[in-house]
Amino acid sequence: MNYYVLLKMVPDTVEELEIAPDGKALDLEINRLKLADSDEHAIEQALLLKEKHGGEVTVVALEAPDVDDALFTALAKGANRAIKIAGDWAGLQSLGAAKVMAAYLAPGGQLPAETVVLLRSQAYDDLEGEVGPALAELVKAPFVGVVTSVTPEGGKLRVLKEFAGGLRGEFVLPVPCVLGIQSAEKPPRYVPIAKVRATQKTAKIETAEVAAPEKPAVVEVERMYKPEAAGRAQMFEGSPEEVADQVVEVLAQNSLI
Amino acid sequence: MSNGILVLVEQVKGEISEITYEMLGLGRRLADELKVPLTAALTGGGVAGLAGQLGAADKVLVVDSPALNMAPAATLAGVAGAAAAQCQAGLVLVGGTNVSLGIGTILSLRTGLPYVNFCKAVKVENGAVVATSLLCGGKILSDVKLAENRGILSIYPGAFPAEAGKSDKSPTVETLAAPVEAPAVEFAKFIEPETGDVDITKQDILVAVGRGIQSQDNLALAEELAQALGGAVCASRPVIDQNWLPLSRQVGKSGMSVKPRLYLALGISGAPEHWEGMQGSRLIISINTDPKAPIFEGSHYGACADVLDVIPALTEKVRARKA
Repeated sequence: MNYYVLLKMVPDTVEELEIAPDGKALDLEINRLKLADSDEHAIEQALLLKEKHGGEVTVVALEAPDVDDALFTALAKGANRAIKIAGDWAGLQSLGAAKVMAAYLAPGGQLPAETVVLLRSQAYDDLEGEVGPALAELVKAPFVGVVTSVTPEGGKLRVLKEFAGGLRGEFVLPVPCVLGIQSAEKPPRYVPIAKVRATQKTAKIETAEVAAPEKPAVVEVERMYKPEAAGRAQMFEGSPEEVADQVVEVLAQNSLI
Repeated sequence: MSNGILVLVEQVKGEISEITYEMLGLGRRLADELKVPLTAALTGGGVAGLAGQLGAADKVLVVDSPALNMAPAATLAGVAGAAAAQCQAGLVLVGGTNVSLGIGTILSLRTGLPYVNFCKAVKVENGAVVATSLLCGGKILSDVKLAENRGILSIYPGAFPAEAGKSDKSPTVETLAAPVEAPAVEFAKFIEPETGDVDITKQDILVAVGRGIQSQDNLALAEELAQALGGAVCASRPVIDQNWLPLSRQVGKSGMSVKPRLYLALGISGAPEHWEGMQGSRLIISINTDPKAPIFEGSHYGACADVLDVIPALTEKVRARKA
């Protein structure tokens, strides 16, 4: 089986995020980027499948700032190949990104046999956010999202999908297919920086070219901004001891202790 | 003129999901302001009897086919497209839920209607529909104006009042003979929630931990605090994904929805997916090192501090107060 994991860099929300001067987009010069959390899980899930059932893992990303780090890290974790699709993709939303990925993965219009594409279930940094179902539609492959477990079974895949309130569903898909991964069966493995550096010296990121797709109709952002602190919490100040004192007071006032 | 509004009804196991009423309430308001009809598309096997619960809509289109229960997004998008064509809808509302994930995207590719995900507010400004999306874990808002009021909006669960979508009126009900694509994905079975050792949905006091707890060993601190308070420990997704706590303790979009008397959010940033599961809590107190953490926006009280410092102090003081 050939597992393709599609990677995307997203703004790290642990940092303060900045809006571009035009007020209509995130400032990608300033905001620190990191690999989308569920892409970390998609890599892990693909590696687990490869280790258990054989096959090859290829990570694929559109050219973007800092994406080489993510690709080398995936190689250091055990991916067999890393592909970067060259081009200036700034401003491309999810449906557009899906078209580029479709052109690369399915040049004939359909995914090759024995191909499983894994990627984040959603990404939170663009207005569409869903490359997976778009890609599946474009390459005429079945799709399930919010997946937390994948088991090969007689040439098909049995997967678990999360709904809400702890309810889950079990689905069976034929291969080739596209899976939106929510979380892998195990926490994503850690790889030391030293190993990533060593990989950078020995391994290579392959560059691929695809024709830029026709831009899909996208809505124009009128304004991008940070939420106003309207319903903001009443803040406790002071040392941890003082904070604890104030919390205890509020708990007592509310008859909780 | 394609200008009607269509709500894609979400049902799971023959029960209308709450998101449907949120969308119907929003759809009703938009339809009244824009003076256009509101239609609901109800799909699934044996669902016709549910149409009466959708009275906030002017009309309900029913596609009754067992193949549509837990069908893949592509199949449901096919039926949604037929419903949109039938009622000449230019604006389609779909649930931003795990159940409906993918339908809006695929419908967008098939119809050319632009897709706007993560909508938490929608208003009409000078006759134009403006949607506000919540991006980047709740840290960024984005406004878009829909050209000619046409588009597909994916609606954040919990962003709109469900009550507004419940009505005693009887809608016009029509059967839609839409072709149903054979689902390419087979639905095998439901797996019911594991209740685990503690049912967090039944607790009055929850001590919730997130990334800020840093390690599995530190969970013992939270456990001690929960014991002192007479509550239980629950967690946000990153903690569950590390396998530090079982799935039955997860609060959020795909985990449990809880409404305790006290929700103590410790080291939780408050991403919308988490907020969705705990917004009904009566008293929310949050502690996080990031002063800009979205959790503070909706909390009653907060403190900018390291939970690993505050938790032991708090446990001690709660014990002292109770003694």
